[in-house]
Amino acid sequence: MIAHAIFFYVFSVIAVVSAIMVTVSKNTVHSVFFLILDFISISCLFIMIGAEFLGMIMLIVYVGAVAVLFLFVVMMLNVAQQKNQWFVSKDSSRHIPIGLLISVIIFFELIIVIGGWKYKPDLFNSAKSSLENGVSNTHSLGQVLYTDYIHVFQISGMILLIAMIGAIVLTFRQREGVKKQSYLKQISRERTEGVEVLEIASNKGVKIDD
Amino acid sequence: MEYLNIIFQESYKILFLLVPVLVSVAMIVWLDRRVWAFVQKRQGPNVVGPFGLLQSLADALKYIFKEIIIPASSNKVIFILAPIITMTLALIAWAVIPFGVEKVLADINVGILYIFAVSSLGVYGIIMGGWASNSKYPFLGAIRSAAQMVSYEVSIGIIIINVLLCVGSLNLNDIVVAQKEMWFVIPLFPMFVIFFISALAETNRPPFDLPEAEAELVAGYQTEYSGMMYAMFWLGEYANILLMCALGSILFLGGWLSPIDLYPFNLIPGALWLIFKILFLFILFALVKAIVPRYRYDQLMRLGWKIFLPLSLTYVVLTASYLFYFNLLPTI
Repeated sequence: MIAHAIFFYVFSVIAVVSAIMVTVSKNTVHSVFFLILDFISISCLFIMIGAEFLGMIMLIVYVGAVAVLFLFVVMMLNVAQQKNQWFVSKDSSRHIPIGLLISVIIFFELIIVIGGWKYKPDLFNSAKSSLENGVSNTHSLGQVLYTDYIHVFQISGMILLIAMIGAIVLTFRQREGVKKQSYLKQISRERTEGVEVLEIASNKGVKIDD
Repeated sequence: MEYLNIIFQESYKILFLLVPVLVSVAMIVWLDRRVWAFVQKRQGPNVVGPFGLLQSLADALKYIFKEIIIPASSNKVIFILAPIITMTLALIAWAVIPFGVEKVLADINVGILYIFAVSSLGVYGIIMGGWASNSKYPFLGAIRSAAQMVSYEVSIGIIIINVLLCVGSLNLNDIVVAQKEMWFVIPLFPMFVIFFISALAETNRPPFDLPEAEAELVAGYQTEYSGMMYAMFWLGEYANILLMCALGSILFLGGWLSPIDLYPFNLIPGALWLIFKILFLFILFALVKAIVPRYRYDQLMRLGWKIFLPLSLTYVVLTASYLFYFNLLPTI
């Protein structure tokens, strides 16, 4: 149990410190790296409470895909020169009170939500019993998601799909006069239309591709 | 005291796995160069040791004694971290690869997800190296590789779903045992082909080696690296290739199972069968490198998103409906 506690505290300290570093660090790319560290330590915490599927999905989706896209965007912005100048320049420090207000509101909202949460009294027992029955975490998660909560699950998928289509429609533009390679055209080219045998009189030449 | 004992035992096990992996990475580099040379009617490295077997060791020795140059304008911490991350990620994934019924370092329930997660983290070594070098070629290489690896991971993930539908478990040993009757390469052959090609793209092998395309980007994200740090990138890359071969043989070629469950074949231990299968896939990798010309970047993206993704998604639907219709869905 002691080793368990040590690991728990190590991971949670890393998670909290890196979460703070995300907002504090001056270089934006460093912020993203700290965010990745945060995701990784949180997924370690998930694995420690036995939610192995959740932990791995956290790694795959957030660290493997979302954070890569973050990095992609941030690195494209050439932010190496752009330093955070909180408390230094007048412009940005004007926004600090508003930011503080919003964060305090969110903080209290979180407290209200979590404080008002009603745990099922036998929640911890049932979580344990399913593990002892030999049913893996992944299996039980799938059974809940695809039976009791199938509608919510499908609807959330639909919302994501709509968001994706929306993003594509917003950024899609058809440009005129751009040369495009048509694979169908290239593959379906026959010898008869590609090659032409010409009788060329000497000293005359011939016009091609006019 | 008890903890110390456990730690010592586990360390022995880990060393027992890691040292052979590292040695075989060195050997596999030699094999790669030999196959490549034979396709082109050359001899390849054949001077150092018998058949040139010790060539990789000689190379490694050279890398160790070279000076490590860190560019003045680079981001030093990230620059040094990048090869370390590549190497570590390539090695930790081996923890869950089963070499036999009980011969696995960590027999975890979500083994396949673990491998998938670790291989999806592999892109960070490249991005960090490319960005921290603070130079144009490495940066372009890093951006290319980020887009490439993210796109091909999607199709690999869906191919894995195909296999999981037939198995009903995320444990790698269960996946191997489920192929006792028939290797998945037979019913899922199109998926095997797509997996192989996606694995080429995922490990930045030719014909998809755009992140380090030497004709355009010098050496891509490795341009500014030298000495041991370059060697670590290089070792990590080959360890990743071996890992992808191992994953391919576990998912489709029956892992440590022998091809025929008859008397003389039964005697060969499962670990050897797995190694044979890995070698077979690796030789295919090496042949592809020697034979196929490099893709253009837009062709690469098109192949990933417009061909592999729809194909593998369709195959998921096909597999699921087939299993459901004939009542073959695995029960847990």
